[in-house]
Amino acid sequence: MIVLSINGQDTQADVPDDMPLLWVLRDVLGLNGTKFGCGMAQCGACTVHLDGQAIRSCVLPVAGAVGKKITTIEGIGDTDIGKRVQQAWLGIEVAQCGYCQTGQIMSAVALLAQKPSPTDADIDAAMSGNLCRCGTYVRIRAAIKQAATGQATLPQTIA
Amino acid sequence: MKIGRIVGTVIGVLVLVGIIFTAYAWITVTHTGNEATPSASTGTPADLPSQVARGEYLTRAADCEACHTVAGGRAFAGGVPFKLPFGTIYSSNITADAETGIGRWSDDDFVRALHAGVDKDGRPLYPAFPYTSYTALSRDDILAIKAYLFSLPAAHAPTPANDLSFPFNQRWAVSMWNALFLKKERFQPEQGKTEAWNRGAYLATALGHCGECHTPRNVAFAMKNGEALAGAELQGWKAYNITSDKDHGIGSWSSQELIQYLSKGHAAGRGTASGPMGEVVEYSLQYLTPSDLSALATYLGDVKPQQSGIPVRPASMPSTPPSQAVASASMGEQLFVGACAGCHLDNGQGRQSDYATLTGIRSVRDPHATNLTQVILHGTELNVGGQRIFMPSFGRAYSDAEIAALSNYVVTHYGGQSGALSAADVAGRR
Amino acid sequence: MMLRVDHVPDEVELENPARRELIKRGGLVVAFMALGGGSRVWGYADHGPVPAGAPEFAPNAFIRVGRDGSVQLVMPSIEMGQGAYTGQATLLAEELDVGLDQITVEHAPPNRKLYANPLLGEQATGGSTTIRYCWKTLRDAGAAARYMLVTAAAQRWKVDAGQCTASRGVVTHTASGRSLPYGELVDAAWNVPPPDKAPLKDPKDFQLIGKPLRRVDTPGKVDGSLPFGIDIRVPGMKVATVQASPTFGGKLASVDDARALSIPGVLKVVKLDNAVAVIGEHFWAAKKGLEALVITWDRGANGAFTTEQLFKDMANASEHGTPIVAREVGNVGNVKGKVIAATYQLPMLAHATMEPLNTTVHVRPDACEIWVGTQVPARCVDVAVKVTGLPAERIQVHNQYMGGGFGRRLFEDSVEQAVAIAKQVDYPVKVIWTREEDIAQDRYRPAYYDRIAATVDDKGRPQAWTDRTTGASVMAVFAPPGMGKNGLDPDLVECAAEIPYEVPNLRVEWVRHDMPAGVPVGWWRGVGPVHNVFVVESFIDELAHAAGKDPAAYRRDLLGEHPRAHAVLDLALEKSGWGKAALGARQGRGIALAAPFGSYLCVVVDVAVSPQGEVSLLRAVAAVDCGTVVNPNTVEAQVQGGLVFGWSAALYSGITLKNGAVEQRNFNDYRVLRLNQTPPIEVHLVPSQESPGGIGETGTVMAMPALTNAIFAATGVRLRTLPIDVTALVQNKDALKAAVTEATPASPHVSVTPGQLGRLA
Repeated sequence: MIVLSINGQDTQADVPDDMPLLWVLRDVLGLNGTKFGCGMAQCGACTVHLDGQAIRSCVLPVAGAVGKKITTIEGIGDTDIGKRVQQAWLGIEVAQCGYCQTGQIMSAVALLAQKPSPTDADIDAAMSGNLCRCGTYVRIRAAIKQAATGQATLPQTIA
Repeated sequence: MKIGRIVGTVIGVLVLVGIIFTAYAWITVTHTGNEATPSASTGTPADLPSQVARGEYLTRAADCEACHTVAGGRAFAGGVPFKLPFGTIYSSNITADAETGIGRWSDDDFVRALHAGVDKDGRPLYPAFPYTSYTALSRDDILAIKAYLFSLPAAHAPTPANDLSFPFNQRWAVSMWNALFLKKERFQPEQGKTEAWNRGAYLATALGHCGECHTPRNVAFAMKNGEALAGAELQGWKAYNITSDKDHGIGSWSSQELIQYLSKGHAAGRGTASGPMGEVVEYSLQYLTPSDLSALATYLGDVKPQQSGIPVRPASMPSTPPSQAVASASMGEQLFVGACAGCHLDNGQGRQSDYATLTGIRSVRDPHATNLTQVILHGTELNVGGQRIFMPSFGRAYSDAEIAALSNYVVTHYGGQSGALSAADVAGRR
Repeated sequence: MMLRVDHVPDEVELENPARRELIKRGGLVVAFMALGGGSRVWGYADHGPVPAGAPEFAPNAFIRVGRDGSVQLVMPSIEMGQGAYTGQATLLAEELDVGLDQITVEHAPPNRKLYANPLLGEQATGGSTTIRYCWKTLRDAGAAARYMLVTAAAQRWKVDAGQCTASRGVVTHTASGRSLPYGELVDAAWNVPPPDKAPLKDPKDFQLIGKPLRRVDTPGKVDGSLPFGIDIRVPGMKVATVQASPTFGGKLASVDDARALSIPGVLKVVKLDNAVAVIGEHFWAAKKGLEALVITWDRGANGAFTTEQLFKDMANASEHGTPIVAREVGNVGNVKGKVIAATYQLPMLAHATMEPLNTTVHVRPDACEIWVGTQVPARCVDVAVKVTGLPAERIQVHNQYMGGGFGRRLFEDSVEQAVAIAKQVDYPVKVIWTREEDIAQDRYRPAYYDRIAATVDDKGRPQAWTDRTTGASVMAVFAPPGMGKNGLDPDLVECAAEIPYEVPNLRVEWVRHDMPAGVPVGWWRGVGPVHNVFVVESFIDELAHAAGKDPAAYRRDLLGEHPRAHAVLDLALEKSGWGKAALGARQGRGIALAAPFGSYLCVVVDVAVSPQGEVSLLRAVAAVDCGTVVNPNTVEAQVQGGLVFGWSAALYSGITLKNGAVEQRNFNDYRVLRLNQTPPIEVHLVPSQESPGGIGETGTVMAMPALTNAIFAATGVRLRTLPIDVTALVQNKDALKAAVTEATPASPHVSVTPGQLGRLA
């Protein structure tokens, strides 16, 4: 039995040490917002925060998360930056199929936590590990800018 | 991963063709050499009373499984292909199956195979099989290995026929090479050294056959005994200088770091075992007892220093992550933040596990990036301590220029060296 | 109560449509039409008597008005990212006079009678038809419901319904100022006879249509609460993962499961004819179990097949096979002059949706429940009937949001497999494919081998045009009745038989060359046009170059009476600054123009090519006329996303076979475009009152030729084979020997592109 600190709550799970955090979250704890995409840290759909740093939960053995603060998409809205990023995602209408977007948002929040005013290069560096097959990249960039500056980068004719 | 050795062997053979050793070779080929009295220091851990248990331990220490088991297949059933420029040879089935394995081999047959490099019928084996090292094993240890192999379920798995072209399919040529270079001598403890040192020496030279990869070879591709463990390159991988030289070898590693690396495949700031060395850790070294690991470290720490290979200069790290330093990313950085930073982190510190730490490790401090490009091209996998640590291969989908750019970026930013690979360099390493 | 509204046919008459018209709509449309499409009664079933005190007003299959005023809309198409729910809800809400913020949407259950897409004749989503097929019908449905609600209110107030208005779910009698919310009209509305035909709004009165409205499904996608198929959890459910024979047509010979069964959490190993699955307490146990199996495959007849062999065979078929003529104009044989000819090759492609395939199934002795994100819910019922032997009414399919479709989820193979696995246990099982399985067991976009030639006059204009495509038919496996009488699969020549350019003599034909038995093929975003527009637009570029003309001017010169094509061409040239600013060394600007899926697009792409041949996208400009725009927000997103999808394929993607098995495994070797490789993309819309055209696949269609034409402009190298081979683009040998330094090809940066939504106003 291990104890994990997830979104501010201590949670117990009876799982093998080598089980990736992703599957503990999804299949054991029922936190389904974190997604499975590739299983080899190539797509970023499984991104969560470990002590504030974005990590790929599909290749992180759960034992490596013990004693650290895990934040998932279910909890990110409780932070100021998380809320702003989610608002920007809504404002810019980033999502298409939406499957990758929870991971995208987690990467974006980690970026803004470290660099409140990211340059384009910062955005590239932080976000290029997250794949999106629908091709929402242009709007992801715009949404991060909006979350950072508070200024709408898209004409807000959206009702 | 022993193909290079075979290539070299064959070259060596060609150099020697015509030399008059033929007759001598034929006479001596199946002789196993003189048996020495087993030394106490070549024993196995005392808490392994049965011969089979000892055999299992020794089989691992001798790293038999890596070469004799196909990925996902039955253990020791052989069939691993070794692709050479002039054909393919396959490792043999060493389970106790009577028809396709070694079920009909006598004790003497088996001992002779390891001591003299010949099969049950006396035909020379190709030296991809490291009998040049195993010849130093004691008869007791060899028979324990055999007992263990015979205790496992037999697998009926015919070894595919070797597919070699003439003259490389002529086994007599190997006999001649053996006559010249195979010293059929059992391990003898060195007087004046500690028991641990001698145990380490036995582990390194006879069982673990470290020198087969790490010792440079002469023109006939036999190990240069005067330069033991001074580093060599084979199959595109560097087997680093692991002598006690502080700049070129592992002289500056603490004993703890060495043990950590050997048993876990990773030592912080030193390196992560990948490719062929990853296999050695996975199949062999992680199973050694703490006292054997310590013995191995004792011996390696005392190997005569050699100044060959690339000095491991201390890395000078960029103080800030590179993305802040330049306005627009280089191709190498673009690729790194996309495909690599997920595990390695954009500052190279590694986010998924210690194994992913790049900063300062030996492979990124090699300006030629030999092992680095191999890992990028072919990926690597290490199953150690119940964990699977892996990196996928990027060779298929990434171009030569991209991999060169990525290597140069990594070497420059995480190794403090200046990477200067070209697309053509990478093409040559595929 | 029986409700019957004769709806106005979409676009053109749907009954017995001329084949030509069908071809214009796209192969997928033809495929489904042949399966019984063209139903005139759609979305309206016999309800029977309304129970007294019905909880809600449900005048048709799409609209539910609750007593609390809630409005639920049931979505006939499925949502896989393309904005279907938002677009279709907009059509309903517009005429129903409710706001999009007042409604909730719900997946339609499988029911061909109620929810079949009339353009497809099947309850299916695909072919860029989502708005096209329901543009009038869903508005009719909304208008009929509104009529009944307004009439009910007018009757209560005893006033003329014509004096009442409705807005945001409230009926108001303007003169008296009285008003009633829809929720209070539920019972009364049931008693209003449905209209024969309720009037539709004048487009100038549209409140919602044409506005860049928010998507209805975004909030749950931003906070992680919206469940996709893979997120389903059913009480007692276990998780399985599966490996099918790596060779197509191969069988499971034997499996040693001793090691797998010893892994904690592994429950059962299930053997199928051509696959083996491991069921575990969770996915991790199942995956470790699968990896621990020692499996022997009977590799089957295709065990040695390779991609090289495929292209060799296709080249041979192209040369010696029997072509089927799709379209012939004039007589190409009579034209004399200079002949320009080229051969194009396109690879097999996988879909690689972000959400790997998955299905959750519970098979009980008397019933079967399925939870899956599918583009074809009714077909999922069919395969469950086949596998379980249960009658269709005992099969329940709960459709789910999809993490991408792109055509992959038009196939129900994974559902059939999951039902077969679940049939062997008595608890519900969620079968999740690994990414490796998802790529190795796709239904692949077929490879194509196309020979195209033109005979040009002294001005370089084509006087004769022959285009012979060779490749496999998806239609033949997906909907055999969709094949033409002469054996033609219209998908193969879509956007090749009809080109926007004036060519007096033309022959377009297809040589059918199917894949070896068992190698699966499937629809892939862009279907026929994505293949043909690449060839036609690359070749037009070749002709322009041969004629020494500017590629844009050359196209304009050849365009016939296509005012909409002229308009998008002109707009794209203006917005891209075509011909104005000079580009740098080894940079180039390329163009593509086409009319796929009933829309018109012109795309201009700028690239830079490094000395070693690496391609960087610098900028893209798309001009789009897709007829009446329901939601410009979605149109912009779809064009941007479609372009990225197409560039990914052109630059990196290709499925290759070796020893009968797919060589690619995961995103490390089936590569797709990343954020830092994506350029700013501008989308400019041409205002239009025409019927809506398709949009979801158009960007993908345009992406490939615009990119390769830009590469030609940058390097002088014509790429006729995809994916792009960078070694063909190497500047010279010295470039290969030079250290690849930190210097970068002009990086695609990156002022955030605002998009062009404001321009519609």
